[in-house]
Amino acid sequence: MVKGRQGECVRLYVRGTILGYKRSKSNQYEHTSLVQIEGVNTKEEVSWYCGKRMAYIYKAKTKKDGSLYRCIWGKVTRSHGNTGIVRAKFRRNLPSRSMGDKVRVFMYPSSI
Amino acid sequence: MAPMKTTSTRNPLLAKGIEKFSRSKMYHKRGLWAIKAKNNGVFPRHEKKVVVPGPIQKPPKFYPADDVRIKRAVTRKPKPTKLRSSIRPGTVLILLAGRFMGKRVVFLKQLPSGLLLITGPFKLNGVPLRRVDQAYVIATSTQVDISGVTVFKFDDKYFKKEAKVKKIKGDSEFFDTDKEEKKNLPQEKKDDQKVVDESLLAAIERVPDLKTYLSARFSLRDGVKPHELVF
Repeated sequence: MVKGRQGECVRLYVRGTILGYKRSKSNQYEHTSLVQIEGVNTKEEVSWYCGKRMAYIYKAKTKKDGSLYRCIWGKVTRSHGNTGIVRAKFRRNLPSRSMGDKVRVFMYPSSI
Repeated sequence: MAPMKTTSTRNPLLAKGIEKFSRSKMYHKRGLWAIKAKNNGVFPRHEKKVVVPGPIQKPPKFYPADDVRIKRAVTRKPKPTKLRSSIRPGTVLILLAGRFMGKRVVFLKQLPSGLLLITGPFKLNGVPLRRVDQAYVIATSTQVDISGVTVFKFDDKYFKKEAKVKKIKGDSEFFDTDKEEKKNLPQEKKDDQKVVDESLLAAIERVPDLKTYLSARFSLRDGVKPHELVF
């Protein structure tokens, strides 16, 4: 976003989709969001991603800090279910319009 | 009794309150018969140590009105972060964030603050001598021979930012605020970079393809899953 540099673009994050909030049938808990990380399909694969930071990036109308892009930081907390869905907590709860939007799951803090 | 060195009991516990050996067996095991024999059939007794009374302490003249907690000096010395076993001097690391994200760099040593000292080498990928946190780095299995590199002189003070000189805004200087002083890297640091890189580049050129490897950047592609990658 704020690179302003030409040349090769490197993607050092994994794409993820925000599915919604942690919820039961008729109650939802907005403090935790559910995220589907691309390529992660089982509960065992999620362990690599636990603790990794994620960023929900969105555009706003007014410029802040010289940019129209804004970001909410969060991290992968744990797996959710058996098929690789992940629970995430963000610094501030995600807005409801983020459902279906992309999130960036970074590879840090790294333990490799 | 004289202070005895405590060892693990010779009497194993079978169940709660039930030990394996009887009193008489333990007497033999502990060798009390030998101690007695050494002391003419009697268990040795020591005289109580006479405590010499210290100098008489006078009651303090001043009692503070409030109970104030005494601040004790901190004796704990923090250790540098434990270095991951996959990171060894000469390992090629992939930077995950920051200005040089995706670049493959050579790890030189861990500084006392816990941060890692790395270098591009500058000629190959534009990464200078820099500090990086372990958490923002992936260690690959590729190693570079850094036996020829001297890194003793580098520590955290070398990388400390120079204190900004605060300018008092006078009338004449008000108009000059647009032209901020460009921070030029001191020649000394440029020379240090050259010295470190010289020996490194020599080692890198000996390994086929390592030069292009370090010049290239790492990126995730479609269908590439980091949790399945082996670095």
